[in-house]
Amino acid sequence: MNRWTEKLTFWRIMFVIILAVGMVAGFRRFYLGLGATTGLSDQVPWGMWIGFDVMSGVALAAGGFTLSALVYIFNLKQFHAVVRPAILTAFLGYILVAVGLLFDLGRPWYIWHPIFFRNPHSVMLEVAWCVMLYLTVLAFEFVPAFFERLGWGKAVKVMKVGTPILVILGVLLSSLHQSSLGSLFLIVPNKLHPLWYSARLPYLFFVSAMSVGFAMVIVESYLSNRAFRKELERPIITDLGRAMMVSLIFLAVLRGQDLIGRGGLPYMFQATTEAGLFWLEIGLGIIIPVILVAIPKIRAHPQGMFYAGLAAVLGLILNRMNVSITGMAAKLGAYFPSWEELSISIMLVALGFAAFAWAVKNLPVFGPSPWTGTVVITPALETERVARQAELQPARVSIQ
Amino acid sequence: MDRQRALLIDITRCVGCGACSEACKTANNLPPEPEKALSATAYTVIQEKGDYFVRDLCRHCQQPTCVSVCPVGAFEKTAEGPVTYDGDKCIGCRYCMTACPFSIPRYEWTSRAPLVRKCIMCSERVKEGKMTACSESCPAEATVFGWRDELIAEAHRRISENPDGYYNLVYGENEVGGTNVLFLSPVNFADLGFPTNLGNAALPPLTWEVLEKIPNFVVASGVILGGLWWLINRRATVDELRHQTGESHPKHPGQSANIRTHQAGGESR
Repeated sequence: MNRWTEKLTFWRIMFVIILAVGMVAGFRRFYLGLGATTGLSDQVPWGMWIGFDVMSGVALAAGGFTLSALVYIFNLKQFHAVVRPAILTAFLGYILVAVGLLFDLGRPWYIWHPIFFRNPHSVMLEVAWCVMLYLTVLAFEFVPAFFERLGWGKAVKVMKVGTPILVILGVLLSSLHQSSLGSLFLIVPNKLHPLWYSARLPYLFFVSAMSVGFAMVIVESYLSNRAFRKELERPIITDLGRAMMVSLIFLAVLRGQDLIGRGGLPYMFQATTEAGLFWLEIGLGIIIPVILVAIPKIRAHPQGMFYAGLAAVLGLILNRMNVSITGMAAKLGAYFPSWEELSISIMLVALGFAAFAWAVKNLPVFGPSPWTGTVVITPALETERVARQAELQPARVSIQ
Repeated sequence: MDRQRALLIDITRCVGCGACSEACKTANNLPPEPEKALSATAYTVIQEKGDYFVRDLCRHCQQPTCVSVCPVGAFEKTAEGPVTYDGDKCIGCRYCMTACPFSIPRYEWTSRAPLVRKCIMCSERVKEGKMTACSESCPAEATVFGWRDELIAEAHRRISENPDGYYNLVYGENEVGGTNVLFLSPVNFADLGFPTNLGNAALPPLTWEVLEKIPNFVVASGVILGGLWWLINRRATVDELRHQTGESHPKHPGQSANIRTHQAGGESR
C-alpha cells in the first residue's frame, strides 16, 4: 500500500510538471504566434497538432461507436461492461481534439464559422460538422453516468429510451468523419508518397480506426485495472483482442489489395525513409498485434493483450503521421515539432488520462450498471459468463 | 464558361528586372523590400533558375483546389478569372496550403491573427477593366494581360513561329484542368522547377466524388442500422418474454450457443 501511494504521488508530480510546461507553451503560442513557436512553415503547414492530436486522436476514440454498435445494435452483450469506458474515451478524445484544434487554428476564435459559412465541396466542412454533432451525441451517451451517480433514476430511464437512436446516429457520424479524415488527403495525389496515397484512403481510415478502437479499449481497461483495481473479466479483453485481430487482418487485406491494385508494391522494397516508416507502421500496427493475439497463451493473458493493443495504437499513430506529415515530406520539406508543439500535445494526453482517472473513480464507468441499455441481461447469459470465466482459470494459473 | 482574363508569362522575354514584383507590392500595400521567394508580403517574385528568370505566383486555376477545400468558402473563383480570398471568413485551418498543387498560399506566421496571403490577380482592377499591376509594369512584355483564349492562341503562335526557341508546351493550358496564368519556356518546364507530375485533370472532383455520396450513404445506412437493431433486439426481447413465462423455446437463440462453442474451441485448448 505504501508503494502504491508513492507511485500515485510520482504521477501527480509528473502531471503538474507536464501541465505547467504545457501552459507556458500555450501562452507562448498565443502571444508570439504560430511561426515563432512551431516547426510549421509555408512548405509544411500541417504538423504534429494535426497528425497526432487531430488525426490520431479521432481514430483512437473510435471504440465509442464500434462498441456501442456491437452491444446496442448487434446485441453482443459480452461487451457490455466496456461500452461505457469506450464512450468515455471517445467523449474525452473528441473534447481534446477540439482543444488541440484551438491551438492549431490560426484564428481559433472563429472556430464556429463552419456552422454559418458552409462550403459543401469541402471535406473539412464535413469533418467539422460530424465532429461537432458526434461530440453532442457522445455527451448524451455519457450523461447517464452522471445521472446514476446523482441517483436520478427517472432521468436515466428517459435517456435509455433514446439509446438506439443515439447509437445509430453515433455510428453514422463516426463512419462519415473517420473516413473523411482520409478523404482530406485525396486532394494531394502529387504530394503524398504512393505508399499512402490511394483513392481508397477513406475506407482504409475507417477500417484502421475501427480496429484501433478495440485496441484502445484493451489498453485503457488494462491500465484502469492496474491503477484502480477495477476488475474486468478476462473474457472481455480476449474477445476485444479477437475483434481487433479480425479487423486488423481485414485492414491488412485491404491495404495489400490496394497497393497491388495500383502498382504500389515496388515502393515497399525501395531503400527509402518512406519504405522504412511503412514497414514500421505495418509491423507495429498490424503484424505484431495479430501475432500476439493469435497465440492462445498470450490471448488469455491481459498483459499480453495490453502489449498487442499498445502496438496497434502506436502503429495507427504512425500511420496518421505518415499520411499527414512524413509521407509528404519528400515533396514539401522537412518538419520537426518544436518543444511547444510537443509539450502541448503531451499536456492534452495527460489531461485525457487525468479526466479518465477522475471519471473512473467518481462515476459508474466500469462494473455493473443499472443502465443496461435496451435489453436486460438474461440469467442464461449470466450463467454463461460465469462458465466462461471458470474455463479460463487454468490458463491464468499456468501463466502466472 | 464565359471568357476569362489571364496572364501569359513568356520566360524567354523576362530580363529579371523585378518591376512586376515591385508594382505588385505597391498595388497591394506591401512592404517594398524585394524578396527572393513567395511570402505573406510577396505575392509574386522572380527567381533565377540557371540562365532564366522565372516568375512565381498564384496560377488562378480554372477549377481551383483552394476554393474547393476551404470549409468556410473564404476563396472564390470570380467570373473575370481571379481567385480571391476573404480573410473575414478564414479560421486558419491551412487546408488550402496543404491542398494547393502549386503550394502557393502563404501564411502570416508571425501574426497573432494570421491570414492566408497570395496573388489575387488584382481582382478589383480587373473588375474595372484594367490590367494587373504586374503586366502594366513589365517593360519587356514578358507578362501580358488579356483574354485567356486569345493568350493561348498567342502562345501557340509564338511556339509555331519559333519552334527552336520554345519548349513545345503552354504550361497552364491544361495542367490540373487549366489555369489562368500561362507560361512559355525555352526549356523543359521540369528544369525550371515547375511541377510536371500534375496531370491535366482538375483536383476538386477527387474529393467531390466521395462527398456527393454522403446523403445516400446516410439514408441507406440509417435504415439498415435501424432495421438491424429492431430485428436483433426484437428477437432478444421475445426470448426474454418466453424465458420469463417459462415457455421453452425450440431453438434457443444462436448467439449464446455460438459463444459457447467458440469459447470451447478457442481458449480451452
